[in-house]
Amino acid sequence: MEIAVLLKQVPATESMIEISDDGSAIKTEGINWVMNPYDEMAVEEALQIRADTGGTVTVFSLGPEKVAEALRTALAMGADTAVRIDPKGKPLDGLAVAKVLAGELKKGAFDLIVGGHRAVDDDNFQVGPAVAELMSIPHISMVIKQDVADGRIRCTRTIDGGTLVLETTLPALITTQRGLNEPRYASLPGIMKAKKKPIDTRPLSETGTDPGAPMVQILAMRLPPQRKGGRIIEGDRAGDKAVALVKALREEAKVI
Amino acid sequence: MPQGILAVTEQADSALKNISFEVISTGKKLAETTGGPLTAAILGAGVDAMASQAAEYGADRILLADHEGLKDGLADACIQAVAQLVASADPAVVLIGATSLGKDIAARLSARLNAPLAMDCVAVRADGDRIVATRPMYGGKVLADVSLNGSPAIVAIRPRAMEAVAAQGAAGEVETVAVSLDGSTLSLVEKHMETGKIELTEADVVVTGGRGMGGDDFAVVEALAKALGGAVGASRSAVDEGWRPVSDQVGQTGKVVAPNLYIACGVSGAIQHLAGMASSRVVVAINKDPEAPIFSKCDFGIVGDLFDLVPALTAEIEKLKG
Repeated sequence: MEIAVLLKQVPATESMIEISDDGSAIKTEGINWVMNPYDEMAVEEALQIRADTGGTVTVFSLGPEKVAEALRTALAMGADTAVRIDPKGKPLDGLAVAKVLAGELKKGAFDLIVGGHRAVDDDNFQVGPAVAELMSIPHISMVIKQDVADGRIRCTRTIDGGTLVLETTLPALITTQRGLNEPRYASLPGIMKAKKKPIDTRPLSETGTDPGAPMVQILAMRLPPQRKGGRIIEGDRAGDKAVALVKALREEAKVI
Repeated sequence: MPQGILAVTEQADSALKNISFEVISTGKKLAETTGGPLTAAILGAGVDAMASQAAEYGADRILLADHEGLKDGLADACIQAVAQLVASADPAVVLIGATSLGKDIAARLSARLNAPLAMDCVAVRADGDRIVATRPMYGGKVLADVSLNGSPAIVAIRPRAMEAVAAQGAAGEVETVAVSLDGSTLSLVEKHMETGKIELTEADVVVTGGRGMGGDDFAVVEALAKALGGAVGASRSAVDEGWRPVSDQVGQTGKVVAPNLYIACGVSGAIQHLAGMASSRVVVAINKDPEAPIFSKCDFGIVGDLFDLVPALTAEIEKLKG
């Protein structure tokens, strides 16, 4: 199996997010950048499939120089090769990213493409399915279990209030959901080895894909209204506190 | 010239889902500035009876795509049908619910039509010729206004973010569109719905247990949720400990919830968790640690042992409800 993994570098989820002075982006100083947690699951799943079926795992990411760190992490986990497409500062929306990735993926012969179901920065839920569409292959989102056999893949995916078991033909694209696996940590020898592996860096202008001008643009960002510290309900016993809380919820907040 | 709005609906058990009414109502409101018509799209097998439901919320026109191949509501068949309905209605804006199916349809549709998409939006308006949508990013830590430049503008609406408002006097004209579905490679092997369980993202009340639960016995939290007619959630630590399934997780790497009432029991309030429940209307925190961060992000707090407080609260609510 030739497997491709799509990955993105994002601010760690424990990051405090602040908005830049012009209001159109976040402040990046002091942010700890990591591999998108759902993409870690994608790398892990690809490595597990490779262990069963043989083949290779190639990781793709689109972004500036810094993104190489996330690619190195994937190499240290065990991926075979890494490709970075450098946009050279060109702004890209979700669909533009999908166009560029699909363009590069078409140059290979991948049986399976794995990505996170969303990146925890822009929460777009778009790139995976859009890549599948642009490649005219089926996709299954939010997968928590998969089995590959005889040119087909069978997946359990989460839906609102339940799960579906779906089957489709390869080549296909799947996106990961929590519950699929526990991503491994890179081993020390893995990290040492990954340092020496080259990253295939491709400037966007040389890929042959013109993603066009972004159709979606961020006009302004703001922080949502913040809650102030809550009123602490006092009382001698649990029962007293419960009575006071129910009264407050009923008469002040009017939610019960 | 594309004009008007296409509201794509979704159904379950032979009735339109709530999110469908939210989508139609959002379209109705948007059409006041963009102009109409507001067309509702209904797709499935044997769906003609649902047309009247869409009309009740003010759709001017209803397009039905009735096809046996849409019976299972599989993404690839639905995408083909929606693309054909878009071609038929030629709208300037496509609204769809950001459900698990709706997100798949929206993402592929944007690629198929080379059209801009704003996912999981909590507000949408017209600003001159362009559509501006508001969407949470960074797990809800940020709200962003984004402009969609291109046609049709695809806006996926977060469930429960918009109000469904019945509109009187609308007489939706119903039209059947013959859709052709081919090349579907996805097949349904099995469907499993958790019966009797209220979906976290759709619940009016969410009661969440965290590390303070100390184990997988969530009986006190479940009893409170039941008394309030709500759903049970879990913090990431409770899920990581294996006490609750991943599908119960509230937070930046779990579900974003927006109930009227959110009760966090034994949840310390990590930043990822706070992001996932920030849109709740009223937040109650119960924790034995008075320094827990959750107390700075709640409306009402009680310091104490949740195993005393939560049953006392349940008893009080049951008393109230008779």
